[in-house]
Amino acid sequence: MLNKLYDWVDERLDITPIWRDIADHEVPEHVNPAHHFSAFVYCFGGLTFFVTVIQILSGMFLTMYYVPDVENAWNSVYYLQNEVAFGEIVRGMHHWGASLVIVMIFLHTLRVFFTGSYKKPRELNWMVGVMLFGVILGLGFTGYLLPWDMKALFATKVGIEIAASVPVIGEYIKILLAGDDTILGAQTLTRFFAIHVFFLPAALLGLMGAHFIMIRKQGISGPL
Amino acid sequence: MSNNRVSRRQFLSYTIMGVGGFMASSLVLPMVRFAVDPALQVEGDSDFIVTDQLVSELTEEPIRVSFSYEQQDAWYTSEVTNDAWVYKAGDEIIALSPVCKHLGCTVQWEGSADFPNQFFCPCHNGRYEKNGNNIPGTPPLGPLDQFVVEVRDGYLALGEVKPNFIVS
Ligand code: HEM
Ligand code: FES
Repeated sequence: MLNKLYDWVDERLDITPIWRDIADHEVPEHVNPAHHFSAFVYCFGGLTFFVTVIQILSGMFLTMYYVPDVENAWNSVYYLQNEVAFGEIVRGMHHWGASLVIVMIFLHTLRVFFTGSYKKPRELNWMVGVMLFGVILGLGFTGYLLPWDMKALFATKVGIEIAASVPVIGEYIKILLAGDDTILGAQTLTRFFAIHVFFLPAALLGLMGAHFIMIRKQGISGPL
Repeated sequence: MSNNRVSRRQFLSYTIMGVGGFMASSLVLPMVRFAVDPALQVEGDSDFIVTDQLVSELTEEPIRVSFSYEQQDAWYTSEVTNDAWVYKAGDEIIALSPVCKHLGCTVQWEGSADFPNQFFCPCHNGRYEKNGNNIPGTPPLGPLDQFVVEVRDGYLALGEVKPNFIVS
């Protein structure tokens, strides 16, 4: 059945070369854990991507119930976790995944560093990787405020004060993040929500696209 | 069995699809169940709401009786006010829902001067007789819904809304 459907589309659009070009590529021996078990370190990039996919999916589903408003945010999180079927699981995926994605991207960065893969000609991909790291930390920071409990509030206070300690422009960064020069409140929550679910995910997808195109173009770096 | 051997390649592709499918569904199914939860919530029985309307003051003429109740909408609780059109038919108390059976606007008793003794819906000129029966040729496709009623200490109490049970 599926084969027939595929053939029907393929006959008209010739899609085989398209996915072949994406899927068919060499996995050199030195990155294949079946040959050298230590090559599992090459998996961390893929694992980062996998956890990111989970974050995006679970985050999309969370927004079905979550409201970014000071009166209702905490109650909506409480409701989605305790009253909605599988709410604990879906929130749990997002909550634990947020830490896991940072662990994974860190391990991936270590692998790239210690295999020297950032060297010519891959300098640009290292830079994109650093930006990806920043975006993911930003997602972690902005997401942490959203449950709007005491821990979220004070974590964000501390984070914003750290940003405010930047010389000269610190105060402006603070106002732009919090949406107000003294209050960490209604406007902070809506801003952080917008940044968390629209701006940073958009940047994340763009950067990931660039990252993967460059990898396909340059191939994986050689053995040590 | 023996003349239909599974090749190494087939075996691997089935195993990978099987394991991959299991892993993918263990990720996606909880999220899908989470998303469809509103459609699967069971509704509790609705209680009677006692209104401020003395039953002794009801007449044969439908009047609007407003009643308020606390509505629990997920994490949001609010005081909601709804109406019923109530009159007496002999000894019986009839309480009709004001929600038009065309597309849900609110009907009024004698809402149009052109149609006395009828419920009128301003949205698309839907009309109903006093017992709630829809008038053929106007948009609504069925009669107005009806409240189950009770008398509590002389006051009107409204229960569940059911399909009209006096129109035959
Ligand atoms: C790499 C990507 C992401 C990371 C690292 C991340 C991180 C976080 C963190 C740390 C929280 C607080 C969770 C908690 O304390 O329980 C959170 C909450 C939230 N995130 Fe994300 N997030 C990511 C992507 C997304 C995306 C793409 C969306 C939506 C399109 C999203 C929507 C939400 C929502 C609605 C909440 C509030 C609900 C809750 O706190 O459980 N997230 N996120
Ligand atoms: S909604 Fe009442 S006539 Fe259309």
